[in-house]
Amino acid sequence: MVNREAVNCEQVWKEIANYIEGDVDAGLRAVMDEHFGVCKRCKSVLQGTRNVIQLYGDERMIEVPAGFGRRLERRLARGARVRRSTWSTWSAWLVPVAALALIAGGLRWANSLTVPHPLQSEHAQPGRNIPPDMVVVVSAGAKDFHVPGCDVIHNKEKVRTLTAKEAIREGYVPCVRCMRKYLRAASAAHIFGEAEAIVDVSIEEDHTNSRAR
Amino acid sequence: MAQLNVAVSNPEPGMTREQELIAQVQRGQTDLFYELVRPYERRVYAAALAILRNETDAEDAAQEAMLKALANIRQFRAEARFSTWLIQITVNEALMRRRRERTRMTEGIEDHRDEVGEYTPRDFADWREIPSEALERKEVRQKLAEALASLDRKYREVFVLRDMEQLNIQETAEALDISVASVKTRLLRARLMLRDLLAGGWEQGWFSRLPFEKGTKPW
Repeated sequence: MVNREAVNCEQVWKEIANYIEGDVDAGLRAVMDEHFGVCKRCKSVLQGTRNVIQLYGDERMIEVPAGFGRRLERRLARGARVRRSTWSTWSAWLVPVAALALIAGGLRWANSLTVPHPLQSEHAQPGRNIPPDMVVVVSAGAKDFHVPGCDVIHNKEKVRTLTAKEAIREGYVPCVRCMRKYLRAASAAHIFGEAEAIVDVSIEEDHTNSRAR
Repeated sequence: MAQLNVAVSNPEPGMTREQELIAQVQRGQTDLFYELVRPYERRVYAAALAILRNETDAEDAAQEAMLKALANIRQFRAEARFSTWLIQITVNEALMRRRRERTRMTEGIEDHRDEVGEYTPRDFADWREIPSEALERKEVRQKLAEALASLDRKYREVFVLRDMEQLNIQETAEALDISVASVKTRLLRARLMLRDLLAGGWEQGWFSRLPFEKGTKPW
């Protein structure tokens, strides 16, 4: 800390940059001003330093290599083109990708609307989640297949026993009463995205039916 | 899109040309970027040169820094000075290159310590102001540049950013990632050393054709 009562040359030199920056308090500035008035050495240091700041602070002191501006302009133009083309490449991809995402999202949303209401159209549902080798019965003139002993089997005298897989292949649909638990399980699994893991006997059914036709 | 065109062609009243250009480039008119940075291209180059000390490297770093500024132009906020923002990006780019180069060259760890002890000025001749016309002469500019280049790196960088690039003390400290106290210490030394170097240059006739009275020095 500078002694404001009796400032000496070394102390002035130490503070001279702060003095020029205006970064000294009024008291110290007054003491230093007084010192500069009587000390030629310190005044020489102060003015020489100011000279340095003034000379180097002049724009003309900054020289750039010949053609610097032209080369910078060219490189910036190239950079701007690359940025635009990079963006256009991205945007060219983004449009179809966004469209696909929208379609996929739309389909999923539409699917989610139908799945929570399976009871209204259970007959239309394929026999998902029904064990393919499960023993079921069908009767002549009916369209459903049933668990043996089901109460709603029509024409019980003419039942035929077969596997669920065979019944589906022949075009029968699961009974909404006795096969209810399988239909619900299938619906719930579908909601939770597990539909792919379920045995889908209806795929083979479709193939068989189309061959039969 | 129509709204964008209106905004571009009718800038807000009271905006400076620089503010208009910044707004236009931020909206995507990147072809205007060179017009925006042209007033600062010399300062940007000088900042890079102060750190890299090689004209080719400095030019490449300056160009790369401007490309980064273009890429990040949307992050620029009006509270800051555009020139300061550009110079800070340039200093970062130059420092990064120098670190990379030093790592590649497997040089020793840099000494960031400030020298202890006070710097004592050597020459106390009568002062006289050097007229700015002196800078019209190429040999004077050349000698001043050589004196600056002869300074130790840590003094040169602070001096260039503060006294040539006109960053303030705080901005200089932030750009170089050093303390404000270090900036002040280094700045004092840099100025006093340059003063002595130029005083020595006087003895060697750098300013011989300037209109000074015989026997007087500019400090």
